[in-house]
Amino acid sequence: MKRKSRFLMIVGILGFTFLYAPILSLVIFSFNESQLVTVWGGFSTKWYGELFRDPQILDAAWVSVRIALASATLSVVIGTVASFVLIRFQRFRSKTLLSMMITAPLVMPEVIIGLSLLLMFVAMEGLIGWPGGRGILTIIIAHSTFGAAYAAVIIQSRLVDMDLSIEEAALDLGARPVRVFFDVTLPVIAPALMSGWLLAFTLSLDDLVIASFVSGPGASTLPMVIFSKVRLGVSPDVNALAAIIIGVASLGIIVAALQVNRSNKMSQS
Amino acid sequence: MSSLPLGSRIGALLGRMGLKGRVLVIAIPTVWLLIFFLIPFLVVAKISFSVAAIARPPYLPIVEWVDGFFRISLNFGNYLFLLEDPLYVAAYLGSVKIAGVSTLIALLIGYPMAYLIARSEPDRRNLLLMLVVLPFWTSFLLRVYAWIGFLKGNGVINNLLIGIGIIDEPLVMLQTDFAVYVGIVYTYLPFMILPLYANLVKLDEAYLEASADLGARPITTFFTVTLPLSLSGIIAGCMLVFIPAVGEFVIPALLGGPDTLMIGQVLWNEFFSNRDWPIASAVAIVMLFVLVIPIMLLRWAQSASEGENQ
Repeated sequence: MKRKSRFLMIVGILGFTFLYAPILSLVIFSFNESQLVTVWGGFSTKWYGELFRDPQILDAAWVSVRIALASATLSVVIGTVASFVLIRFQRFRSKTLLSMMITAPLVMPEVIIGLSLLLMFVAMEGLIGWPGGRGILTIIIAHSTFGAAYAAVIIQSRLVDMDLSIEEAALDLGARPVRVFFDVTLPVIAPALMSGWLLAFTLSLDDLVIASFVSGPGASTLPMVIFSKVRLGVSPDVNALAAIIIGVASLGIIVAALQVNRSNKMSQS
Repeated sequence: MSSLPLGSRIGALLGRMGLKGRVLVIAIPTVWLLIFFLIPFLVVAKISFSVAAIARPPYLPIVEWVDGFFRISLNFGNYLFLLEDPLYVAAYLGSVKIAGVSTLIALLIGYPMAYLIARSEPDRRNLLLMLVVLPFWTSFLLRVYAWIGFLKGNGVINNLLIGIGIIDEPLVMLQTDFAVYVGIVYTYLPFMILPLYANLVKLDEAYLEASADLGARPITTFFTVTLPLSLSGIIAGCMLVFIPAVGEFVIPALLGGPDTLMIGQVLWNEFFSNRDWPIASAVAIVMLFVLVIPIMLLRWAQSASEGENQ
């Protein structure tokens, strides 16, 4: 038994090293003086300065944040309505179709989603003149569609676990179904909505493939700019950008974990 | 009425609509997904039967109004072309091979890690799980980028190995299939660990004790008790890695070499470099029927049989 657990420890250490070594080296070399990304030439923060003076990156970051805010919100709205309908409504004619369509984006390769949506937008423009060119709006629509699928997974599992009796109590007290939804159901599933929103937000910020297909000339997202830079080779300002993103994400996760820990402890005591 | 929060007021308003309200609520997600998910596939299918042309959009219409008649011209040439040119068949097979091998490697690394986390103290479990999930919340593109710096000729690994004298010449790792395997395993490892952990943490240790009491050695217990009981976790983890890996574009594009063949990359190049929308559409349709739909059916069968067992 002892030997087996030593084996597990070694695998664990190697596994976590595998997960974290590349990230750590990104952060370390973002403070590298030298232009050669992997040869140490002394400590410097000049690449951060360079990053904040690069209008292309700043513009793209702003475009990405706006798209992510809008599409995460839309994702949660669509995901919530779809989950509620699927979990709470009795049989209706399009139920199988809806449940299929809301889960299918999870297993669909990004290249196919991107291509099909682009061709759809082009076809719609030919028929009804909308959406009138491609850019931020078309990316928001695309991201909302697959974001909704991920949000729905989280929200559905929360709805299934939710205690039905409080909804029934509200109905018995004479509240209309829709009021029950807004006054009872929604507050109870709020944490799931928050996680769904964060997941959709992250996925949107991260997406390169779908955005590249459905974007037009004026709208380059941050991943699109990073990708075109990285394709030409490693560059230290990308390291600086990575370090900032990793820092923000870690901070967010740690705060969220502490919050969960505290609320767990409060509910125990 | 005016003292109620906005949500309740909207709610009360919708409530009066009764049955119509119900239809409306069902219609919101259904119509959205029809327009922006399902119908686009029909458009792709349609364009896969058309002929590429220098025009805007760059293909010829299938249905035309000619001399008072609808003329429908279906062109199967794109599909024949996919069959004739060995590039495409090789790319489909290459994707399956690369995704399959990566999934297997991720399972071999992920299983012991999930087991370790599931068997550690409850307080420590959450910390370790957080460490597994954390990379997922940072940019995927930048994590793949990190491996360029690791694997290239004068990268971190080569410098380290030369520094301690194991090798004299830098190894060629970037722009090979090896780099693609590393990239896929690295990116999707959390997706393997999480379902395995969820399964293993529920495993009752009494089974393991019973097996040990009956004289089985730990290794026998593992293969006859633990492994069969965690089969559903293994299947779930493998699917979560294999499915996105098969259509992967970014990892082969950044880490792979000229002879790395994956279908996601082929589709991308047909579309963006060759601007051949009909061929790109045909590639997507074949991918859908050969790879995606079988996997979806398998998943449904799997979840249905799990539903029966419970």
